[in-house]
Amino acid sequence: MNPKDLSTYAKNTWCPGCGNFSILNTMKTVLSSLDDEGFPIDNVVLVSGIGCHGKIVDYLKVNSFYSIHGRTLPVATAIKLANPDLKVICCSGDGDSLAEGLDHLMFAAKRNIDITLILHDNRVYGLTTGQYTPTSPWGFKGKSTPLGTQEFPMNPAELMLVGGASYIARGYTHGIDLLRRLFKEAITHKGFSFVDVLQVCVTYFNMYESYNKRVYEVKDNDTGSFDDAMKIIRSWNYDGAEAPIPLGKFYQVDAPRFDQAFPGYEPHKVDRDSQIKKMLENFI
Amino acid sequence: MHDFSTLIGGIAGDGINEAGVTVSRLFNQLGYRIYMYYDYPSLIRGGHNFSLIRASDRKIGAHVNTVDVIVALNQETFELHKERLKDSSFVIYDLDKVKIENLAQKGCGLPVSAILKDFSAPMIMRNTCIIGGFCKVVGIGWPVLEKVLKKHIPKQLDLNLKVARKGYDAAVEFTRIERVDQPSFPILTSNQAIGLGLIKAGLAAYIAYPMTPSSSLLDFMAKSAADFGLKVVHPESEIAVILMAQGFAYEGVKAAVGTSGGGFCLMTEGLSLAGMAEMPIVIMLGQRTGPSTGLPTYTAQADLHFALNAGQGEFPRFIVSPGDAEEAYYWSGVALNMAWKYQVPAFILSDKTVSEGLYSFDAALAGDMNEEAPVLWDGKGDYNRYKYTETGVSPLAFPPLKGQTVKVDGYTHDELGITTEDPRAIASMSDKRLLKGLALAKEMDGYETVRVYGNGKTALLCWGSNKGVCTEVAEKLGLRVIQVLVLSPFPEKRLRDSLVGVERIITVECNSTGQLSRLARSYGFELREQILKYDGRPFSLDELEAEIRKVIA
Repeated sequence: MNPKDLSTYAKNTWCPGCGNFSILNTMKTVLSSLDDEGFPIDNVVLVSGIGCHGKIVDYLKVNSFYSIHGRTLPVATAIKLANPDLKVICCSGDGDSLAEGLDHLMFAAKRNIDITLILHDNRVYGLTTGQYTPTSPWGFKGKSTPLGTQEFPMNPAELMLVGGASYIARGYTHGIDLLRRLFKEAITHKGFSFVDVLQVCVTYFNMYESYNKRVYEVKDNDTGSFDDAMKIIRSWNYDGAEAPIPLGKFYQVDAPRFDQAFPGYEPHKVDRDSQIKKMLENFI
Repeated sequence: MHDFSTLIGGIAGDGINEAGVTVSRLFNQLGYRIYMYYDYPSLIRGGHNFSLIRASDRKIGAHVNTVDVIVALNQETFELHKERLKDSSFVIYDLDKVKIENLAQKGCGLPVSAILKDFSAPMIMRNTCIIGGFCKVVGIGWPVLEKVLKKHIPKQLDLNLKVARKGYDAAVEFTRIERVDQPSFPILTSNQAIGLGLIKAGLAAYIAYPMTPSSSLLDFMAKSAADFGLKVVHPESEIAVILMAQGFAYEGVKAAVGTSGGGFCLMTEGLSLAGMAEMPIVIMLGQRTGPSTGLPTYTAQADLHFALNAGQGEFPRFIVSPGDAEEAYYWSGVALNMAWKYQVPAFILSDKTVSEGLYSFDAALAGDMNEEAPVLWDGKGDYNRYKYTETGVSPLAFPPLKGQTVKVDGYTHDELGITTEDPRAIASMSDKRLLKGLALAKEMDGYETVRVYGNGKTALLCWGSNKGVCTEVAEKLGLRVIQVLVLSPFPEKRLRDSLVGVERIITVECNSTGQLSRLARSYGFELREQILKYDGRPFSLDELEAEIRKVIA
């Protein structure tokens, strides 16, 4: 299918130059190529939270659930449990998944449920016009922290590694080829897959210049090794330092999945009326 | 009239709830209808627990303060409850734990510890032993107890039987409970009845985070999941719970959640999402004493206005408050049907008294209730999740659909489910949601949303758990009872009709501000007199009767 067939009539309201365009285009390319390869687009469900990232569900002609701030994963988890044949993908922001919805993110990793979460990590609240997020660097002067935030940033990839996610990668919105590869790997991975996307907010935290200088793609790393993955992930801690920023796939393992173990009980497979009768008799 | 009340008490960990259920089953075998109130503090071991089991030849749903028998596993039980004894009452107690001097009533002390020691039986069998003694004292034959134990004791049956028999043989008979010529009914809590009602109406998933008094519904659903083909999930928080219910609903899986006040606080943003996104969900809200953590294991009816108003914005909702196990069964099924027919949140507003109270369940009284089909998409043309229709109800479809998308949206949206800020679309979608509320209200006209008992000129107006106590006191005093079952959409006309011939209305509620009165007043009903109780305990028959006599004197 043509990626353009995945467009809708919704008017795009992202700022010109927003990193979200790269994510949107990558999603279109990847989902249409997966459709060609036998993962039908009709079986894809996209769940978003609230923030600039969330608008992506309006721009993509796929099944979707535009949820509330921080709450992509509980919705996605139930959709997957309801119908394991579906490909369930969450698009979520850093404020969304790391502040308001961190518990859901940790539990999704802990369950290693077969869902993909794309983190639109612009490290600033855009729709609310420029406050710090959990991944903003120390000292970030946002509207709510005019003196500079006194919190060190969170490293979401590290959280995911210790939390139990079985696929962890980082992409950058200037680097479409890598982004495509990572999205495809993550979506076809069986288990909880997490892609941290350094998505630049041109209006409130334009990091293009800094990122362009510092990003590099990891090569020949042992993606089956927890320790190696941890070393790479910790080599950049989202802080203002000039450390190089690794991109690429950091970790991928096969691990038991919640959706696999969850009993597929279905109402129509039992004779409920006689079961109710039997239970009532047992209560006598 | 046959009416017999038994109090069995001990410390938490003595198995007092299960002992009460066993006593209930004994009376059930003799043809009695039972009601059991279980009183326990919020702790796991120690503290004082007691079960009050009332048996009658008629359907009942309330306890009395005076009792015919106290079964005391510890001294505290006797000391705390001896005021409940009548001249004709008995006391059965563990000789090794309880010292009673100068008892005015008949007493029977049993060497429980010695009996357990003889059989090397564990301490938890103290209650089996003393129930053996209880049967002898009140003249319930050994075969009845043997039958009950054989049917319901899952572990170490032989040892239980031996211990019970020894207790039976060590006691003396003071009276003989007469058999009543009535069938034996299933005995269940309303939480179990809620579960069965939801299952009957097609529930396919139950999601909850444990919180008293809803936890026993989660436990019941989890235990019964394979039998009924249910998906049961206990996730990280109530926030996840209500969002998961909507994930299931998105795929056409009928889901319900259960919680109490504090957990429901966390659900309110998800509730509002369900209102906007038109996701069918059922919420079992078991009220307990608040505010905040309050009194976790005790009752209240103080969250009516919370349920009515929870969640930002305006959207229709269904709220029913059952008053006993039969209503819990029937109306839980109706709640699920209404949630799906009108794509709205539906509440089963229970409380600790109803949820954890044990009732004789008469399926014939509960009434016939079946799964009803929601409006489904016919597969023609393009699918629009929020298509405008005359009733406001848009046909449902669930992914995957060939070449069509299902777009659910918590923002203001158009018919397809694409976010819009267009003023006309926003007003139209608001109207659509209100239309669904009107259609739901119209359907409710065909249901007995207000129940009337008796035809006195003075009426007790009540809701939820006070049904049982009100109807029984009212019958004695020649009053009418009006029970408002459905609280949203408010059954204004039915309530008005039920008041024909009424000269005086007294509302009876377990809260401190008169929440039903306040609601009914907003529909123009004049309500001045009220009897309120807000100490965490349900009204007993004698207590409510005394309160009513004070008001009408």
